[in-house]
Amino acid sequence: MGRAVAVIGTGQTRHGRRDDVSYPDLIKEAVKAAFEDAGITSQDIDAVVYGSMPSMMEGVAYNHFYFADALRVVGKPLLRTETCGSTGQSIAHTGIYWIASGMADIILVVGSEKQHEGDAQATMTTIPEAFMHADFVGGAPVAFSMQSREWMGHFNIDEDKAREAAAIISVDCHDGGLKNPYAHIRVNITKEDAMKARIITYPVRLLDVCPSSDGACAVIFASEDKAKKICKKPAWVKGTGFRGEEYFSGDSSKAVWQSAIEASKEAYKQAGITDPLKELDVAEVYNPFTYQQLMFLECLGFCPPGESPDYVVKGVFSPGGKLFCNPSGGVLCTNPIGAAGLIRLAEAAMQVTGKAGAIQVEGAKLALSHAMGGALQFNGITILGSEL
Amino acid sequence: MAEKNEKPRTIHTVLRVPFEMALGPTWTRFFEGLREKKILGTKCKECGRILVPARPFCPRCFEPMEEWVEVAQEGTIITWSYVNYTYFGVTADMIPIVPTRIKLDGVDGGWGGRIGGFDIKDFDLVNKKVKVGARVKAVWSGERHGHLRDIEYWEIIE
Repeated sequence: MGRAVAVIGTGQTRHGRRDDVSYPDLIKEAVKAAFEDAGITSQDIDAVVYGSMPSMMEGVAYNHFYFADALRVVGKPLLRTETCGSTGQSIAHTGIYWIASGMADIILVVGSEKQHEGDAQATMTTIPEAFMHADFVGGAPVAFSMQSREWMGHFNIDEDKAREAAAIISVDCHDGGLKNPYAHIRVNITKEDAMKARIITYPVRLLDVCPSSDGACAVIFASEDKAKKICKKPAWVKGTGFRGEEYFSGDSSKAVWQSAIEASKEAYKQAGITDPLKELDVAEVYNPFTYQQLMFLECLGFCPPGESPDYVVKGVFSPGGKLFCNPSGGVLCTNPIGAAGLIRLAEAAMQVTGKAGAIQVEGAKLALSHAMGGALQFNGITILGSEL
Repeated sequence: MAEKNEKPRTIHTVLRVPFEMALGPTWTRFFEGLREKKILGTKCKECGRILVPARPFCPRCFEPMEEWVEVAQEGTIITWSYVNYTYFGVTADMIPIVPTRIKLDGVDGGWGGRIGGFDIKDFDLVNKKVKVGARVKAVWSGERHGHLRDIEYWEIIE
C-alpha cells in the first residue's frame, strides 16, 4: 500500500447555479477554503491533481489550463485524471498514490463542474461514440434507469417495493440537503411526493433524479509525517479500490455490478474490514439516482444481493439506522459531476474528524466514500478513518 | 468589477465540429450486415463467446475474433426504460421512447435497441407488455443505410 496518507483539509463551494462567478472564480472558492481548513498555503503543496467531466461541457477543451492560476500550479507539476462520474474518486486516488509512493508529501486535489455553462447532456451524448451507441437516447438518465430495471428484473424485485424504498432514500437525502450548507437542492419532500412524482425515465421519477449543478471541491492530502505536524485531526486513508469494465455495457451484468463489488472488496481488504454494515459508521454512496443507491447498497456489501429494498424500508440506512448513508444529501441533492465523487470523500473526511456540523453522525470513526463512472464502467472507493 | 446590484453577465458561444470516424474492417462488415438484414457477431476462439455487435478482438481474452456468425433475430429483454422527457437531440415529437437491452438467442451479453410496434404513448400498456424476460424480434426498416437504426424497432412476441 505504500506510505500512509491522510486528508488534512477540505473545501467546497456553495453548489447550485453559479453564473454569479466565472469558472476560475469558482475553483478559487474551493481551493481557498481547503487551504484555510488545512491551515497551509499553496507554497506548502508539492503538486496538483485536477479532474472534471469532458471539458467541453463548459466549452473549453482543457479547462485546467483556463483556471491554472486558481489551481495554484505555477512552479508545480499538474496531473489530470478523468473517468466520468467516478472522476472525484480517481483524482483522489491519483493524489493518494503520489504521496504513498514517496514522490510527494502534500497534494492538492480539485474536482469541479459548471453544468449551467453549456448543455451538459449534449456533451454527455459524446461520451460513447455515436455509431455503436446511436440509441443512447436520453443519455445518462436512461443508462442508469436501464441499469436499475436490469437489477429489479434480475432479482425479481417487486416494483412497488422498490418504488417505496427509492422514495425513502429520496426523503432521507432531501432532508440531508436541507441541513447541508453546501447542497444545491433544498426542498422539504414527503414519501408520497417522491412516489407520485412524474416518470422521467422509467422506473425513475422526478424526485429520484439528481440536479445539474455548478460547484467545486478541493481536498488536501499529506504524508504521515506532514499530516502529524500540520493537522490536529487528520482523516486517514484506510483503503482504496478501483475497478473497470468493458466498453460495451451489454458485455457484463450491470445488475450484479462486478466493478462495484470488486472495488469495495479491495478497499475493505486494505482497511481490514470484514463486515462493512457493522464496522462502518457512515457512508457517502454515489447516488445520482435513488434506484442506483439501492443497487450499490448490495454491491458494496451492506446487505445481501436483491434485499436492499427490505433493508431500506426497515430504516437500516436512514438517520439513526445501523449505517446512515448520505447524510450530506448525496449526489441526489448536489451534482457538480467532476466534483461529486470528491465531495463524497470530503464529506467522509468531515465525518471522521467531527467537522460535519449539522449533518454530523455522532462519534463517526470509519467512513466509506464511493463514486461510479465511465459508460457504466467504473467504480471507485476510498475509506477514511479517524485513527491511522 | 460589476457595479453593485448588477448581475455579472455571460457570453454566448456555439461550437459545431464535424468528424469522420473510421469504423475499421470489423465494424464496416457489421454495418454492411445490417444493410442486408443480417445481425453479425464474432466468436472468440479462446473463451468461445459470441458478441454482438461484432468485435475485432475479445474484450476479455484480447484474442482476435475472426470467426463470423450470423445470429438469431429474436431474443429476450434484459432491461428496458421509458423515456418521457425532452433532451439534447430528443424533441417533444420523438417521445416517449422505450429503449431496451436484449440478449439475442445464442449470443453472449446484451445489445441495445428500442421497443415499438404498438401504442407506446400509453405507459400502462407498455408496462404490461414490456417485461424483463419477454421475447422480442427485430423489425427491419424499409430503407437501410448500414446504420443501427436499420432495425426500426424490436417487436414483442406475444
